[in-house]
Amino acid sequence: MSELAIEREIDRSKMQVSDEVAIEITNMNKWYGSFHVLRDINLTVNQGERIVIAGPSGSGKSTLIRCLNALEEHQQGKIVVDGTELSNDLKNIDKIRSEVGMVFQHFNLFPHLSILENCTLAPIWVRKTPKKEAEERAMHFLEKVKIPEQADKYPGQLSGGQQQRVAIARSLCMMPRIMLFDEPTSALDPEMIKEVLDTMIELAEEGMTMLCVTHEMGFARQVANRVIFMDAGQIVEQNEPEEFFNNPKSERTKLFLSQILGH
Amino acid sequence: MTTLTDPPKEQFRLSMLLYDTRYRSATIQVIALIGFMLLAAWIISNTIQNLEALGKPVEFGFFGESASYDINQRLLEYSSQDSHLRAAFIGLLNTLVVAVLGCITATIVGVLVGVLRLSNNWLVARIMTVYVEMFRNVPVLLWIVLAMAILIEGLPAPNAFRGDNPTATMDLFNSVAVTNRGVYIPEFLFSRSLGDIHLFGTSSIRFDVSLDLIAFLIVLGGSIFTMRKVSAWAAAKQEATGDRPKIWHIQLGILFVPMIILLAALGFHLGYPELKGFNFKGGTHMRNSLIALWLALSLYTAAFIAEIVRAGILAISKGQSEAAAALGLRPGRIMRLVILPQALRVIIPPMISNYLNLTKNSSLAIAVGYMDITGTLGGITMNQTGRELECVLLLMLVYLCISLSISAVMNWYNNRVKLVER
Amino acid sequence: MSDVSFVRTEMLPEQAPPASEVGAIGWIRHNLFSGWFNSILTLISLYAIYYVLSGVLPWVFQSVWNANSLNECREIMMATWGSTHGHACWAVINDRWLQLLFGFYPSHLYWRPIVALLLLLVALAPVLYSDRVPTKMLIFSAIYPFLMVWLMWGGTIWGPISAALGFVVGWGVYTLVSKQLSGLFGIILGVLASVVWWLVISSYFASAMASIIPIGIEAVQSRQFGGFMLAILLGVVAIGVSLPIGIVLALGRQSDLLIVKYLCVGFIEFIRGVPLITLLFVASLLLNLFLPPGTNFDIILRVMIMMTLFSAAYMAEVIRGGLAALPRGQYEGADSLGLNYWQAQRLIIMPQALKISIPGIVSTFIGIFKDTTLVSIIGLFDVIGLASAIRADTAWNGIYWELFAFIAALFFVVCFSMSRYSMYLERKLQTGHR
Repeated sequence: MSELAIEREIDRSKMQVSDEVAIEITNMNKWYGSFHVLRDINLTVNQGERIVIAGPSGSGKSTLIRCLNALEEHQQGKIVVDGTELSNDLKNIDKIRSEVGMVFQHFNLFPHLSILENCTLAPIWVRKTPKKEAEERAMHFLEKVKIPEQADKYPGQLSGGQQQRVAIARSLCMMPRIMLFDEPTSALDPEMIKEVLDTMIELAEEGMTMLCVTHEMGFARQVANRVIFMDAGQIVEQNEPEEFFNNPKSERTKLFLSQILGH
Repeated sequence: MTTLTDPPKEQFRLSMLLYDTRYRSATIQVIALIGFMLLAAWIISNTIQNLEALGKPVEFGFFGESASYDINQRLLEYSSQDSHLRAAFIGLLNTLVVAVLGCITATIVGVLVGVLRLSNNWLVARIMTVYVEMFRNVPVLLWIVLAMAILIEGLPAPNAFRGDNPTATMDLFNSVAVTNRGVYIPEFLFSRSLGDIHLFGTSSIRFDVSLDLIAFLIVLGGSIFTMRKVSAWAAAKQEATGDRPKIWHIQLGILFVPMIILLAALGFHLGYPELKGFNFKGGTHMRNSLIALWLALSLYTAAFIAEIVRAGILAISKGQSEAAAALGLRPGRIMRLVILPQALRVIIPPMISNYLNLTKNSSLAIAVGYMDITGTLGGITMNQTGRELECVLLLMLVYLCISLSISAVMNWYNNRVKLVER
Repeated sequence: MSDVSFVRTEMLPEQAPPASEVGAIGWIRHNLFSGWFNSILTLISLYAIYYVLSGVLPWVFQSVWNANSLNECREIMMATWGSTHGHACWAVINDRWLQLLFGFYPSHLYWRPIVALLLLLVALAPVLYSDRVPTKMLIFSAIYPFLMVWLMWGGTIWGPISAALGFVVGWGVYTLVSKQLSGLFGIILGVLASVVWWLVISSYFASAMASIIPIGIEAVQSRQFGGFMLAILLGVVAIGVSLPIGIVLALGRQSDLLIVKYLCVGFIEFIRGVPLITLLFVASLLLNLFLPPGTNFDIILRVMIMMTLFSAAYMAEVIRGGLAALPRGQYEGADSLGLNYWQAQRLIIMPQALKISIPGIVSTFIGIFKDTTLVSIIGLFDVIGLASAIRADTAWNGIYWELFAFIAALFFVVCFSMSRYSMYLERKLQTGHR
């Protein structure tokens, strides 16, 4: 596993954790059929936190963050996102989805729409933003992820890293208060991982609340303020990155870290 | 388990029917169901009112009445005194006859054409392309009518076979007579026949089963069973020693020797058609309507099957045969062990749906006067009794049953293949 | 030990291949006579081609083009070639081709179906060439169905306009209600409003407007429709109307609402399980029974309804294939942005699924188009029905091949070019930006 070096200094001035609660999960359980994927999850995320969720494949980490915007339904427990409870009420689900951005492993850009249209679609239809304003905002975020010149191209014409940056910009256009990243770099070639990570670091520097499922331990070490280790559907260990990497407590974590880092 | 106080019971509000994911789907489904039932009720009540106005209540008693029309091409005995139900049954058998004949022929022609389209002989490949495009892009009804016209107009009349200097002669060693009134082929006769068993007494679906046929099938089944045993023995030997014994001559013997003995014992001989007076007598008479339908349907469907076969073979990447060749397998074995098992998985599902199409298209028999189920139940019976509703609905039901059984076979096959894949 | 070191000092020039490998001779050797088996196949094929062409070509080209009856034709043949055998009498086509194309449509109004056909191509352009034709043209595509009905049947223009207004009313109610209350309510009320408009108000509206501002063209009865025009009309109407129905059925079949799903599956499997001819029997014999007593609308319309239902079931399966080909991520992407079900379908899923389905839709159209010939069995005068009618005429009694050849050629040209077009689309889809 690569521990990608992040060369530049990270500006931590705005990376402050407030007391305001962004996400609160209490006693959450989820089953796929009879398979218990998430077991008794309790997690509180404050505004401005940058959390990396790590763990072996099949440990339920993707499922956990997909539950946060109701892409997966949980069966027991309570999830409150930004003051709105994720219940069976469709209005709540719509509200949460428009305030939580999500970036997928396979980008999930819409291939029949241009980059600009990808970014303006949801603001226009969900937020009812006027088209001109939506386009201005989209260009702003495309500049931020450093691909404004690609605005009129189609996703198929872009490289993987560029597509993932568009996906980030697309989420940002909805002005989310929380961003979820589901293995954003796993489908990318090594040289493209860096450009996506850079974008994510910039986001963190601006104080965005982020939950990342990722195997990029360098990113976790330098950007996260908390690392959560999951195995077999439960949270096994969570700690600050320094402690987590240097002084893991649980045997399971040690084994995982030795496999992922040590050679 | 942590103790958890139950969340306060939510008050049920009407808007939850729409916005709560638990109730929303139920709401939509109930609305859909009500809508559907309203539509159905509306149609049924309209129908009842209309039928009352016409004085034709729904009843199926007419099936028992005498049909009083003739069916000239049939598998079982039937006379115009028989009931409408019997006529429908004969029609159904006729549908199945043309469907089975058509499917077999279409498969043979289709596979041949599909393979030849991939031939590296440029001329042959082109001719096959022309055949496929010609048949696919012209309506099947036109082919059926055209085939009928060719048979009637293009073939010699029976009296052309007469006289000292006939203008037409019988084919295949004087055994088959191809005339514009149909084709006469030799029939199977047994001089020491075992007789028939009569099933279902005098009911409308009564039919006779020839014991000769049963004996033949039993012997054939026994031979095939033995052949598989021999083949399994050869495979076991191959696994044990690595050498596969030559068994094809043993297999041929097992297949044919008992059959020939049985046929000799039963006094098997052929009854040849003979020209008597103005027409041929003896032999089995296949009428033009059957032949036209059979030919047109099978050639039309064969064009589609050819495309499926071609696509199926092309779908297997060249790498597969190269890999097999690199392992030292000979071309025949490559085909049998590597290409075919993979290609069949792609080919068979669309092939079955083409069989289904052929069966449904056989309803066009009505255009050439072949008495299939559409011609009897949906044709003359309906016109004579004036029972449109009952006849058309029953007709649809019959076709639906045939189609569903064919799709059941297809699903069974698909599931089996899926299991093998894993 | 020998010296293995080697340095090339001079590059070898390119040489021409042996003569037997290139040019016409090489090509023939490779493609026709590459072995004894292939050589035999080639010889057999050559003979077959010769046999067919030697029969067909003289028949086609040594033929009579001008005559008023089959007998006259035969006389000319006897006079020219000394036999009636092996010569086509194209005079029948020369005499009746307009009838074969237009049926009994009044001859001074032939321009109307022709204009309708040309406008159809214009209306299809923004759908088929979305990258080259401005999107605004879609407005014309939306108007076209009503325009076509008016052109074909004639009569007052207010009939089609009031039918179109039904959609406008429904849409208006939908947008109003969905803003105020909810999308689902909006759909239900919008549909209800349209139905009320069509069933109750539209006929009054149309007749009132027709008496105030009479704009109209000569009306044509449905029973005057026929020939190849009828085939095109039935095919286009069936496919055009069945597309939205097919989309709804496909979505229903994919949905996890069990009742909706089974209703859709039941409908699709029922229609696909019975032959078209039985559905045409329903159109000609039963459909009037299913409707309120006293309803009686003409056979062409009834056939159109049943053909539409028929093609809707096949269309649903084609679109289902398109939906299945979309990666799951597209749904998740749309969900994560907060688009609701209908927004996701309209903006993300359907544009892609329909594009993937276009080749399948074209094939369905070819199938339906060929199947329109079946209406001759229930007594409509499509090309095959007309061919029998022409044969029933004493002048042309006994003529087969020329009519069949002409009809087959008509269908072949249309179907073959469409199937080539769909193959081209398929190739374009495979290589296009995805």
